[in-house]
Amino acid sequence: MRIELVKRKEHSGVMALLSPVIAVGSTLIAAALIFTLTGKDPALGLYKFFIEPLTDTWSLQEIVVKATPLVLIACGLAVCYLSNNWNIGAEGQFVFGAICGSFLPILIPDFANGATLPLMLVFGALGGAAWGLIPALLKTRFNTNEILTSLMLVYVAGLLLDYLVRGPWRDPGGYNFPESLIFSDAATLPVIGDGRMSISAPIAVLVVIVLAVVLAKTLKGFEIRVMGESPRAGSFAGFSSKRLTIFAFALAGALAGLAGTMEVSGSLNQLLPTISPGYGFTAIIVAFLGRLNPIGILIAGFVLALSYIGGEAVQASMGVSDKITSVIQGLLLFFVLACDTFILYRLRFVKSRKSAGVPEASHV
Amino acid sequence: MAGEEHRAAASVRSETGMLLDARGLTKRFGDILANDRVDLAINKGEIHALLGENGAGKSTLVKMFYGSLEPDAGTISWQGKPVSINSPAEARALGIGMVFQHFSLFEALSVVENIALALSDAGDMKALARRIEEVSTDYGLPLDPNSIVADLPVGIRQRIEIVRCLLQEPQLIIMDEPTSVLTPQEADRLFLTLQRLASEGCAVLYISHRLEEVQRICHHATILRHGQFVSECDPSKETPASLARMMVGTEVVGVSLGAHQATGGTVRLGLSNLSAKASTPFATELRNINLNVRAGEVIAIAGVAGNGQGELFDAISGEMRVDNDMVRFDDVACGHKGVNWRRRKNAAFVPEERLGHGAVPGLKLSENIVLTRHSTRDGLTGAGFVSTTKAGELEQRIKKNYDVRMSHDDPEARSLSGGNLQKFVVGRELDRKPGVLVVNQPTWGVDAGAAALIRQALIDLAREGSAVLVISQDLDEIFEIADRIAVISRGYLSEPEDAHTMTRERIGLLMAGGAEENAGAA
Repeated sequence: MRIELVKRKEHSGVMALLSPVIAVGSTLIAAALIFTLTGKDPALGLYKFFIEPLTDTWSLQEIVVKATPLVLIACGLAVCYLSNNWNIGAEGQFVFGAICGSFLPILIPDFANGATLPLMLVFGALGGAAWGLIPALLKTRFNTNEILTSLMLVYVAGLLLDYLVRGPWRDPGGYNFPESLIFSDAATLPVIGDGRMSISAPIAVLVVIVLAVVLAKTLKGFEIRVMGESPRAGSFAGFSSKRLTIFAFALAGALAGLAGTMEVSGSLNQLLPTISPGYGFTAIIVAFLGRLNPIGILIAGFVLALSYIGGEAVQASMGVSDKITSVIQGLLLFFVLACDTFILYRLRFVKSRKSAGVPEASHV
Repeated sequence: MAGEEHRAAASVRSETGMLLDARGLTKRFGDILANDRVDLAINKGEIHALLGENGAGKSTLVKMFYGSLEPDAGTISWQGKPVSINSPAEARALGIGMVFQHFSLFEALSVVENIALALSDAGDMKALARRIEEVSTDYGLPLDPNSIVADLPVGIRQRIEIVRCLLQEPQLIIMDEPTSVLTPQEADRLFLTLQRLASEGCAVLYISHRLEEVQRICHHATILRHGQFVSECDPSKETPASLARMMVGTEVVGVSLGAHQATGGTVRLGLSNLSAKASTPFATELRNINLNVRAGEVIAIAGVAGNGQGELFDAISGEMRVDNDMVRFDDVACGHKGVNWRRRKNAAFVPEERLGHGAVPGLKLSENIVLTRHSTRDGLTGAGFVSTTKAGELEQRIKKNYDVRMSHDDPEARSLSGGNLQKFVVGRELDRKPGVLVVNQPTWGVDAGAAALIRQALIDLAREGSAVLVISQDLDEIFEIADRIAVISRGYLSEPEDAHTMTRERIGLLMAGGAEENAGAA
């Protein structure tokens, strides 16, 4: 018995929708296995991880707070991945954007009026875009691999933030704790309701809607899809792959920088050595789980946000290591990518052929 | 005696020398029955032609012999014993070798390294290099074992594949369209080698759709149509017309040239001193190319693959920028302009590669129309938005006018067969009634019916006053449609000559380097 992957004539619309569902299901099974292996009750673990956070208002609000940066970053990453630009450095663009968005309230705290917040958001987006442009320009000018350069810049941005909050930007009245001034009210995003939710959430939804229209209906969206699948055909259509690389990285960086500024301004209210629980990396999973489609990303953002809250919950109530969050996120990405194979291929079971050897590449 | 009776009747083949006997081979891919109960028998020492149109199932059948596909039903006997061939390695162990149409060579490695990779036990490289030299010289296909593949022309690369097969001392060599990349002279040399092999008892299964060469060298022929066995015959007793009828099932409609225009129309596409350095180590440099394509005529550029056709196409289409006055459309210099600017000057382009260059595999046909026509004032875009309605209308029109057949409406490009996709890609450009049309390999891998339709459409376009430039490796096609013929060789283009006075021999000489001297004189 042997299993073969047979290429489909066209991509399967059913599998494109089913693939993330199967992936989530497989992740649940794997998570149950992990709970069992660590000696915990799997049913209780799954309940605490995936269900309980959905049952009270506080954690629901927290899910929205966590989903917002994930969705924003993933929208930008989707444009990158659709156009075949492998931006792995959204975490760095998020951090550098947050730094650029924060210099106004930290260095000029007296500049507090109606223009403060919009300016912060603009600087945050520009900073993120600038950070994203570094790997883009390296790729277009010198042919470097953007996966490596964008990833390395994550650590540069992280260390820069660390230096700033421990050094020049440390709050002089903060008892030497590594943190900046608390932002003034004029530099704080307006809150919705009584929790930590701010207007960043509706902004993310707006970005999702705009991007969905751009990708589906406009020539720019067409260019992005063509370039991703077939750069040669794209250049035949008169599109420039270099310009698109710069566009995609700048957009992804800007959205990540915007998310970083909104996170600092809306949720944390100051710069800290660590401002992100790995949003930039988790957003990669969000982008793929969401089929690189803005609406899908909105849903996937909630699923991954749940994994953060659920991870905290099982850590608190069952004593499971907080690494469980990363493990489950990693499993989810693994299963999504595996299931995506079935969009273009189907499984076939072959009985007769006995050879176990590796079949040679067929010359098709 | 029985044996003597067999010898007396030449067309009845001896059963005693049976090498490979396939019965009822069936292979299904999804909804398509690629091979439907196909029978094929090859005798020892026989050059056996496998004839059929593209999509008739020839490649599927031989891949089952070579172990890279597994039959769903049917049996294969090898020298009288039933066998199951599970991998190419097992096929080679039996004594079956294969030379592919698209070579599987590593360009950055040397000849001996490439061959060593394919052998299960390569042994000492120096000894192997000596053997390669011996065997290749012995069979009239001399090779330098130490040259790097990237530096070698296609004809020599094919030799490497053949010598690689010969080193394994096969009893059956399968060759998939071997002459499609050769000059007529190189092909003649290959035929001598094949005849020598056959005389030594090695059988050759020869896949081709070039009927003249099949008649010339093959002892026996099996004909497939739509995945089914149609008949077998002795090709020397048939005419090209009767063989074509068996392949296609009906008479192939000839192309009508229409009123042959005297050259004298205005120059619509002009190339002057077009030169371009090779952009990669594996690309070809274009050297001082001069050409005027006039209104009303079809000029064909013949040449063996890899002599600068792709680079020339890119320079004319604008995918590769050159000095501004090297390329002129309707006497406007545009070497610096992009492909869409040239399209707006009423030029149209059809590249060689249908999937991945001319069309995006995963996009629907209507979206693939947007690909080349989004900025040609066809109303496909407005204020940055794409009109799916308009794209759908165009798709319907092209589908109807150019007979593009599809299983359901507006499918993804990858699901179309080669011929139908080519009709679509050519139709998409013809639909614009372009003033200048440049086509690279217009009917590569396209069945005879579709090829005739496309060729006729190209001629009709020219007769309506457009300039048509066709780049092709198919000499039959070139003689069928061209008014003037030029030859490209190592990036040089010969002076175009009248198709009526041009001969195959002359084209062969120009392909083999004559184009360079000729271009120098021009």
